[in-house]
Amino acid sequence: MKRIPGLFGLLGLCFSVLFGPSAGAADLAPDVLVKDVTSEVLDIVRKDKDIRNGNTPKVLELVETKVVPHFNFARMTRLALGRDGKQATPAQMATLVEEFRTLLVRTYSKALSEYRDQEIVFRPLKMSPAETDVKVRTEIRQSGGKPVQLDYYLEKTAAGWKVYDMEVGGVSLVTNYRSSFSQEIRANGIDGLIRSLQAKNKTEPAK
Amino acid sequence: MTKVQDMKRNKLRAGLRSTLMVLAMSGLLAGCATSGNPKDPVEGFNRAMFAFNEGLDAAIIKPVAKGYDAVLPTPVRTGVTNFFGNIADFFIGVNNLLQGKPDQAVSDLGRVLVNSTIGILGIFDVATGAGLEKHEEDFGQTFGRWGVGDGAYVVLPFFGPRTVRDTAGLVLDSMADPVADIDHVPTRNVLLALRIVDTRADLLPADKVIEEAALDKYSYIRDGYLQRRRNLVHDGNPPREQADY
Repeated sequence: MKRIPGLFGLLGLCFSVLFGPSAGAADLAPDVLVKDVTSEVLDIVRKDKDIRNGNTPKVLELVETKVVPHFNFARMTRLALGRDGKQATPAQMATLVEEFRTLLVRTYSKALSEYRDQEIVFRPLKMSPAETDVKVRTEIRQSGGKPVQLDYYLEKTAAGWKVYDMEVGGVSLVTNYRSSFSQEIRANGIDGLIRSLQAKNKTEPAK
Repeated sequence: MTKVQDMKRNKLRAGLRSTLMVLAMSGLLAGCATSGNPKDPVEGFNRAMFAFNEGLDAAIIKPVAKGYDAVLPTPVRTGVTNFFGNIADFFIGVNNLLQGKPDQAVSDLGRVLVNSTIGILGIFDVATGAGLEKHEEDFGQTFGRWGVGDGAYVVLPFFGPRTVRDTAGLVLDSMADPVADIDHVPTRNVLLALRIVDTRADLLPADKVIEEAALDKYSYIRDGYLQRRRNLVHDGNPPREQADY
């Protein structure tokens, strides 16, 4: 009997060699991807008391490993900058993407640690195989209130579907920054925006 | 003219007066505009009102909401939210009717019937479980649906972010509010206060996320409000307006 787990282990290894790298997220349909990632992450949050009590490093690590690989931060940064993005040099752009990424990851992690067993409903997605840009709709159901829409915008890339925008109740977590970014750039230039993002990211997480 | 009719007229007059006052203030204060945002021509005034509201919130409303949230068990909290939600559902139905969505209006009135009876005065939301989904409508959205533009963004004292259109909507919402119409003044005041605290307590989690996200809380809330209202007017399906550059 003792050899059976070994056998299964070997089989598992074969399968992962055969299907592992290619059958990853790259081949999943966008709505399946959103559902899988959300379910997996919320399952971990539900079971983890530390996260629910606001253990920031632990939530951040969860988001970094499970969520971030499916996000396209370069596109998010361009979206948030809008027209003003053209002024940025490639080096400035790289710094902006890095800082904006930090800000979004922190925000997402904060939202996740506020999760309290609300039910998530995944809306089926109708799409033709040729489509490369889709909106995946989900809904957060909570007792005593109207359900909150949570929508993901994804684009197809060589590395699979990547999220480039998220809307909560119709408010984009990305483009909601556009007018304050452009105000900052008008007043203090691209470097001014970089400085204010860096200053924001250095502050302690909100309690 | 009966006393009730008289009161209603006075209320209407007071409502119109406050709308006009806000409009006049926005006009006057347009002179001291500080930034170039076309949607926010009275930013200086708005930022002052925003600071006032934030101060009031930090000093009184938020601490009370936190205590309320900590003391009451979740089922009781949900019951209170449901109770006020049920009262609101009636005019949500009226607004759906005004917006030309009779099927949704019927569903809203069905919610009121089911929840007021089986749901014991609205404390239990049994209608949602029965497939009658809760909607969110108000007179500001109805005006939007009729094609009235947002107008300038204004931050009202006590009420918070609105647009000129939604301020007019707010006046009608308050006049239609059954809680404000209760004749027994102590009961009315307790219910009004309870509703404010309960609504605020529901927003506590969002609070932290906004603190974490915002570079400048004032503009984050302004832009979020404008996006949210646009989404609501289009019932969750606004035409997409984002462009890549």
